[in-house]
Amino acid sequence: MVTLKTQIIGTWTLLKKELLRFWRVVFQTVAAPVISGILYLLIFSHVLDSRLEVYEGVPYAAFLIPGLIMMSLLQNAFSNSSSSLIQAKVMGNIVFLLLTPLSYLQLFFAFIVASIARGIFVGFCIYLIAITYIDLPIEHPWFLFLFAMLGGGLMGAFGIIAGVWCDRFDQMAAFGNFVIMPLSMLSGVFYSIHSLPVSWQGVSQLNPFFYMIDGFRFGFFGQSDVSPYFSLGVVALFFIVLSFITIRMLKSGFKLRN
Amino acid sequence: MKPAIVYRNIKKNYGSVNAVNGISLSIPQGEFFGLLGPNGAGKSTMINMLGGLASPTSGKISVMGMDVHSNYQEARHLVGIVPQELVFDPFFNVREMLRFQAGYFGKGRENDKWVDEVIDRLDLRDKANTNMRKLSGGMKRRALIAQALVHRPPVIVLDEPTAGVDVELRQKLWGFIKELNKEGHTIVLTTHYLEEAETLCNSVAMLRLGKIVALDTTRNLLKKFSTKNLMLRLNFMSKKELPKSVEKFSYVESDGAFIFQLKKITDISHITEALKKSKIEIIDMQTVDTDLENVFLKLTGAK
Repeated sequence: MVTLKTQIIGTWTLLKKELLRFWRVVFQTVAAPVISGILYLLIFSHVLDSRLEVYEGVPYAAFLIPGLIMMSLLQNAFSNSSSSLIQAKVMGNIVFLLLTPLSYLQLFFAFIVASIARGIFVGFCIYLIAITYIDLPIEHPWFLFLFAMLGGGLMGAFGIIAGVWCDRFDQMAAFGNFVIMPLSMLSGVFYSIHSLPVSWQGVSQLNPFFYMIDGFRFGFFGQSDVSPYFSLGVVALFFIVLSFITIRMLKSGFKLRN
Repeated sequence: MKPAIVYRNIKKNYGSVNAVNGISLSIPQGEFFGLLGPNGAGKSTMINMLGGLASPTSGKISVMGMDVHSNYQEARHLVGIVPQELVFDPFFNVREMLRFQAGYFGKGRENDKWVDEVIDRLDLRDKANTNMRKLSGGMKRRALIAQALVHRPPVIVLDEPTAGVDVELRQKLWGFIKELNKEGHTIVLTTHYLEEAETLCNSVAMLRLGKIVALDTTRNLLKKFSTKNLMLRLNFMSKKELPKSVEKFSYVESDGAFIFQLKKITDISHITEALKKSKIEIIDMQTVDTDLENVFLKLTGAK
């Protein structure tokens, strides 16, 4: 009865449902973060474009775009899995998933892929709008791809952990406001960490968001604050650790079963 | 033939609370089985453990021979559970939701015909493309039942399926569930409407404080606890005025009437003659048989 085919159909169905879920509220899940990203870009580039040049030969507006794309990608990947789970838990319809033969690995895979898809879609929309008025080179497309996938996956896993752990919407809002927002804002989206005092550079280097953004930016300009390979290693390590925790949580049924 | 469901020495503790306390139960295939008991008896916990929503503290549960823990994927294919609460996914309409649910069980587009049949049989056709949020309570209840059926499970478990449902819809739902049972599905039902359990179930288990206090066919239980009662309305209300010769019969007062428990049928003439001698007029008289509710109240100690 349980065959590879039934498992593929099961996983694909959950993935399709998760994609449709955010597509049904596209103004909230895509349009709103795209507009926020573009507003950041317009305001900061207008104020600082003529005064700052972070990388040699790269205008500040161009420097800003990869960071904004990655920040939106990460925030939306997190939102996708976390909001889906917290809504299903609070509404009670999580039982429809828990009563099915879907394994913890199928749940993990579908939620992660949907998170990556939404994150990349939002990021790509910002990119398309931004390149209409700012020249943006792409030096290393594979780095863009790897950081987008790993970053989206990492935040999708983090979103599952938050969605499973939180019981109420206010707990989830606290997660977003006190963890995700500061980590993403203080990750070098708007500046190079070399512009910070040495002590703050050290603090920044403890922030995993910094490596995701710095490595992603390397994909565009071929320049970064730290080695892109080191960033890739840090992001991959965080992805593996968070995936391991997520899979353990899903397997044990922590806060979902019982 | 393997039993549809087997609970083997199941215990479930929530902290210091023993929700289920050593239950063993085997439900044969094709049965219409009732799980009855007052609130907190452990009925929903039993169902949750069957569906993998909770794990037993000790003991084993299997569905048609498949262990719900070690062989959970196979076991979940075999069972469809209708939850007690009216829960729904607000993003989708009825048909989408049913197709998704079937898809989770590995059913592809070839199953769409069956989804449409379930929609028809539950009178959901007019609402098939309506968002779940916009459905009335009764329609949501039907959609919940449809969701449990889309993967064609041989065992169907309904946790209080008619709670808050009007009489007409209740009758329709039971008609449909009876048809499924005739088609060979095993039905397990928890309900507070005991007359429903009496009409529908071949066998019942009565639970109290996480233990089975009665487990038998409905007919045997009614026979075992069968008593005949005589209900009399007299031209006075106080039992103090009953003649001594009548007071020796066991009776209770209820809603202004006297209900005498009859040991034999000739007790009726003894009581009525004694009342006549005392010049007490009988305004109304009825004999009342034991129903499942009386058995339930006796066994569970519920009031």
